[in-house]
Amino acid sequence: MRHAFYLAFFLGTSALVSGAQAATKDSVTIGMALEPPGLDPTMGAAAAIGEVTHYNIFEGLTKIGEDFSVSPLLARSWSFSKDLKTLTFQLQQGVKFQDGQPFTSADVKYSFERDAAKASTNKDKAFFASIQSIDASNPQVVVLKFKAPSFQALYHLGMNTAVIIDAKSAATEATHPVGTGPYTFGTWTKGASLTLNKWDGYRDAAHIAIRHATFRFMSDPAAESAALLAGDIDAFPRFQGVEDVSAFQKDPRFKVTVGGTEGKTIIAINNKQKPLDNLKVRQAIAYAIDRKAIIDGAMNGFGTPIGSHLTPNDPGYIDLTGQYPYDPAKSKALLKAAGVKLPLSLTLTLPPPAYARQGGQIIAAELAKVGINVKIINVEWAQWLSGVFKNKNYDLTVISHVEPLDIGIYANPDYYFQYDNKDYQNIITKMNAAPDLASFKKYIGEAQHKLADDCVNVYLFQLAQITVANAKLQGLWKNGPIFVNDLSAMSWK
Amino acid sequence: MTTYLLQRLMILIATLVLASVVIFAVLDILPGNAAQTMLGASATPQTVAALAHKLGLDQPAPLRYGEWISGLVRGNLGRSYAYHSSIAALISASLKISGPLALLAMVIAATVALVAGMAAAARHGKASDGAIMMASQIGLAVPNFWFGIMLVLVFAVNWRLLPSGGFPGWTPDPLRAFSALILPALALGLVQAAILTRVTRSALLDVLHEDYIRTARAKGLTPQAIIRRHALPNAMIPILTIMGLQLANLVAGAVVVENVFSLPGLGRLIFQSISNRDTPVVADCVLLLVAIVIGVNFLVDLACAMIDPRLRMQP
Amino acid sequence: MRRRASRLHRGAAPGLVLGAGLVAFLLAMALLALVWTPWPPAAIDVPHRLLHPSLAHWLGTDELGRDILSRLMAGAGVSLKVGMIAVGLGAVPGVALGLIASAVKGRSEDVIMQLCDFAFAFPALLSAIMLTATYGAGIDNAILAIAIYNVPVFAKLTRAMANSVMAREFVQAARAAGRSPAGIAVHHVVPNILAALLVQATIQFSIAILAEAALSYLGFGTQPPEASWGLMLSEAQNFLFVAPRLAVYPGLAIALSVLGLSLLGDGLRDALDPRLQKIAWQRA
Repeated sequence: MRHAFYLAFFLGTSALVSGAQAATKDSVTIGMALEPPGLDPTMGAAAAIGEVTHYNIFEGLTKIGEDFSVSPLLARSWSFSKDLKTLTFQLQQGVKFQDGQPFTSADVKYSFERDAAKASTNKDKAFFASIQSIDASNPQVVVLKFKAPSFQALYHLGMNTAVIIDAKSAATEATHPVGTGPYTFGTWTKGASLTLNKWDGYRDAAHIAIRHATFRFMSDPAAESAALLAGDIDAFPRFQGVEDVSAFQKDPRFKVTVGGTEGKTIIAINNKQKPLDNLKVRQAIAYAIDRKAIIDGAMNGFGTPIGSHLTPNDPGYIDLTGQYPYDPAKSKALLKAAGVKLPLSLTLTLPPPAYARQGGQIIAAELAKVGINVKIINVEWAQWLSGVFKNKNYDLTVISHVEPLDIGIYANPDYYFQYDNKDYQNIITKMNAAPDLASFKKYIGEAQHKLADDCVNVYLFQLAQITVANAKLQGLWKNGPIFVNDLSAMSWK
Repeated sequence: MTTYLLQRLMILIATLVLASVVIFAVLDILPGNAAQTMLGASATPQTVAALAHKLGLDQPAPLRYGEWISGLVRGNLGRSYAYHSSIAALISASLKISGPLALLAMVIAATVALVAGMAAAARHGKASDGAIMMASQIGLAVPNFWFGIMLVLVFAVNWRLLPSGGFPGWTPDPLRAFSALILPALALGLVQAAILTRVTRSALLDVLHEDYIRTARAKGLTPQAIIRRHALPNAMIPILTIMGLQLANLVAGAVVVENVFSLPGLGRLIFQSISNRDTPVVADCVLLLVAIVIGVNFLVDLACAMIDPRLRMQP
Repeated sequence: MRRRASRLHRGAAPGLVLGAGLVAFLLAMALLALVWTPWPPAAIDVPHRLLHPSLAHWLGTDELGRDILSRLMAGAGVSLKVGMIAVGLGAVPGVALGLIASAVKGRSEDVIMQLCDFAFAFPALLSAIMLTATYGAGIDNAILAIAIYNVPVFAKLTRAMANSVMAREFVQAARAAGRSPAGIAVHHVVPNILAALLVQATIQFSIAILAEAALSYLGFGTQPPEASWGLMLSEAQNFLFVAPRLAVYPGLAIALSVLGLSLLGDGLRDALDPRLQKIAWQRA
C-alpha cells in the first residue's frame, strides 16, 4: 500500500517534470572556447567578455546586427550634423539599470569620459579620446562632438567597448556586472562555467524566451564535440572542431551553420626586416602560398580566401584573391630578380590557434619549395604579444585579425607590420573623414588595392564562423561581425 | 628531540623563503606581462601602460617581492590580475576539484595495489606474481595523459558513458560532478597503483621474513590468513608513508591530466595563469605546492624519528 | 608445474630479455630512421590527409598528409636523443656532487643534500614548463630542464652508495695507506657503484622519455615540423573523433619504449647485483 503510494508519487512528479520541460524549455547552455578574464568589456579587451555580457548584461547606444546593420538600442534615434562632427542621440525613456538606478544621458557622459580617461584600459580608448565634448544637459538627449568628421562613430558605439555603465557599480563591473540588459549576472565557477538569469525588470521582458543561460568554457575541440554529442551543451557558436563538422551535419539532432567572422587570417610580414623590406621578396612569398592547401589542411576546408585586409562580409569589399595566385615558378623568379641568396632563412612565429599551428607547417613546407627555409617557433599568446606585437622581433607570423574594419592599423607605422607609407596613410585619413557610405567604400577600396599592391602581408582567408547547435534551438547568429551571444533572440521550438 | 625538531623547523622555513625568492625571480624574467596579455593586439601602448600601472607592474621588483611576502605573512594571498578576484578564493575553488580528484585517484590506486600486492606476495615466486609485476611495469610505462585520452576515446566517445571533460560544478548535481572526475582519477590512479603495488608487495615480503610470521605459519595458518592478519598491519607503515608522499605528487602532477580533461583544478589554474602571465597566482600556487611537499616530508621524517623502528617488529 | 613457474620467475630473465628486445628495437628504428624512412617524415601532402592504413602508408597519414610510420620512426630518434643527453647531462654533475658530499662530510655534505631536497620540493613538470616558457619552447631547453631534474637524483644515490662503500674495509685500508679522498673516490668508490648508477640511468632514461612526451604534448618540447611522440599526441587530440588512431600509435610507442627500458633496468639490477634493491621509481 505504502509502496504503491510512493510509486504513484514518484511517477506523478516525474511525469510533471518531463511534461513541464517538453512544454517550455527555458534554459540554454552555450559553449565557449575561452573564459573571460573579468566581465567589464569597457576595461578588458578579451573577446570572451563580450560573448558573455554584450547585449545580455550590458547594452550600448546602438546595436550591431548579424548583417552588420546598425539599429537602435539604448538610443531611440540619432542624427548627424552636416560636417559629420556632431552626433545627437535621443535616448529610450524609462530605462533602468538592474540595480534600480535610472538610465539617463548623464550615464552616457560618465561612461564615455571614463573610457577616455588617462587611467582607462579601454581597447578603443583612441576612439573615445576623439570625442571633444559630451553634452548631457537634457536627460533624454546626448550630443557628441567629435574632433574630426566621424562617419564610423555609430559603428564604434555599437561595440562592446562602448556599453553604458552606471557610476554606482562601475568599480565592480569586472566581478559583479550591472547593466541595462535583459539578463543579470548569476554565478561564476572559475575555470568551468558562468550563469545568467533573466531580469524581469527589463523593458521588453515579455519577449525574452530564455530564463536561464549557462556558459561553459572548454578550449579543446575534442571536448567541444563530446559535450555537444552528450547534450551537455545546446549550442557552440564559434565551434573549433572543424574536423567533426561533417558528422554533426549528418546528425538530425543538430543544426550546423557556417558563416563568416571578421577574422582576417594573414601571414604578417615584418616590412622593415631585411630582405622582407623588398617588395619582390614579399611578392615571392605571396606567390609561393597555396591558399586552398592551407584552408583544406588547417581548417578542413572552412574559410573563404581573401586578397587584402577585409572580409567578404564587410562594406566595400573587393575580391583581390587573383592578384597573387599560387605560382612557385614566378616566386622563384622574383627571388632571383631580388638578388636574394638562396636558400633564404626566415623565422615563422606561431601563436596557439590551430589555423596558425597547422597552417604554419603547410606554409613552411610551401616556402621550402621555392628556396625559403623557415624555422617554426611556437609561442604562447603572452610571448606573441610581447615578442612579435610589441617588440616587433619576428620575420613572419600567422595571425587572424578579428577586429571589424581594422584596415586603419596599416596607417600606423609603429604597428608590428612596420609598414610606413605616406600614400596609404592619406587614403586612411580620407576614409575616416568620409561623409557617406559611398565615399567610404571608395576609399576603403583604394586602401585594399594599396595593401595588395604593396604586398604588405600575405592575405590568406576569412575565418569561418561555425555554429553547431541543438536543432530545436533558434535565434543563433550565422555570421559573426562582433563577438556576441544574443540570448534575447534565442528560443526553443 | 626538541633540538632536532627546532633544527628541522628552521630548515623548513629557510627552504620556504629560498623557494619564494626563486619562484619570484623566475616569474619576473618570464617574457611577456599581464597587462599586454590581457589587452591583446588591439590596444595602444598607452592603454597597456595604463593597465600596467594599475596592476603595479611598473614598480621595482624588490618592492613587489616585499609586498607579496608581507601579504603572505599577514595571510593575504593577493589578487589575481586576470580574474580580478582574490587568489585565496581561486585556490580554494580549484582545490575543491583537485583535492577530491587526488583522493579518488589514491583510493583507486590503493584498492588495486592492496589486492594485487597481497596476491603477489602470497604467491611470491609463482607465475601470477610475475604477471602482476609485469602489469605494474606496464602501468609505470603508460603516460598518464595518453591513458586519459584513451579512456576518453572508449568511455566518452565510443560508449558515451561518462563525460569527456569539463566540470559542471558540485552544485546542483554532485553525482554528475563526481562522474566527471572518474576518468581523470582512473588516468591518474594507474601509475600510482603500479607504484603502490610494488611497494605493498616488497613491504609484505620484508615482513614475511620476520620470526613471528614463522611462528604463525608453524601454527598452521594459511598464507592468505597470515598476510591479512599479521603481515599487512605491519607493512602498512611504509605503504602509508609512500601514499602520503604520492598524494602531494598527485596534486602537482595532475597538470597534464587536468588539461586533457579541461578540469579547473589547481594544475590547470597554474597552467592558465602562466599563459595569462597572472604571476601572483602562479607564485602563490607554486609556493603552496612546495610547502605541501616539504611539509609532508617533514611529517614523515618526524613520524620516523618518533617511532622506533624496533617497535614495529613486536607483534 | 610448480617448478616451471618458479623457473619462469627466477632472475627475471624473461623480463630482461623482453626489455633488451624492446630497447634494441627502439634503437634499430632510430638508427634506421637516420638513413631511411618509408616517406620523408615532414613531407606534407594535404590532398592525402587522414588516410587509413594502406600498402603505401602502413599506418596511414596524419592531418597534414604525413606518413605516420615515418614520423614514429623519426620520433624514436628524438626520444633516444632526449634520454641520452638528459641523463648524461644530469648524471655527470650529479655523481660529482654525490662523491664530493660523501668525501668531505660535515657541513658541506649537509648543504649539498639540503639543496637536493630543495630541488625535489619543486614540482618537476611545472619547473620544466616555467624554464621553457622563459627561455623559449624547444627540444634543447626541454632536455636541459629534464637534465636539471636528474642532477639531485644522481647526487642522492651516489652519496648513499658511496657512503656505504666508504665504510668497507678496503677503503679504510686505502685511507690508512694515505690515499687522497679524490683518489679513493675515483679508484675505489666509482667502480663499486657503477652498476647501481647504470641501473638508475636506465630508469632515468625512461623517465626522460615520458617527460619529453608530456612537455611536447603541452607545446613546450619538440617544435614542428620535427616529429616527436608527445607532439604527435598533442596534434592528434583535435582528431579524436575522426581519426583516433593518430592518438593510439604514438602513445603505444612511448609505453613500449618506457616498458622496455624499465624491464631492462630491473633485469640489469637483478643480474648485476641483487643488493641494489633500493633503487626505485621516483616519478612526479
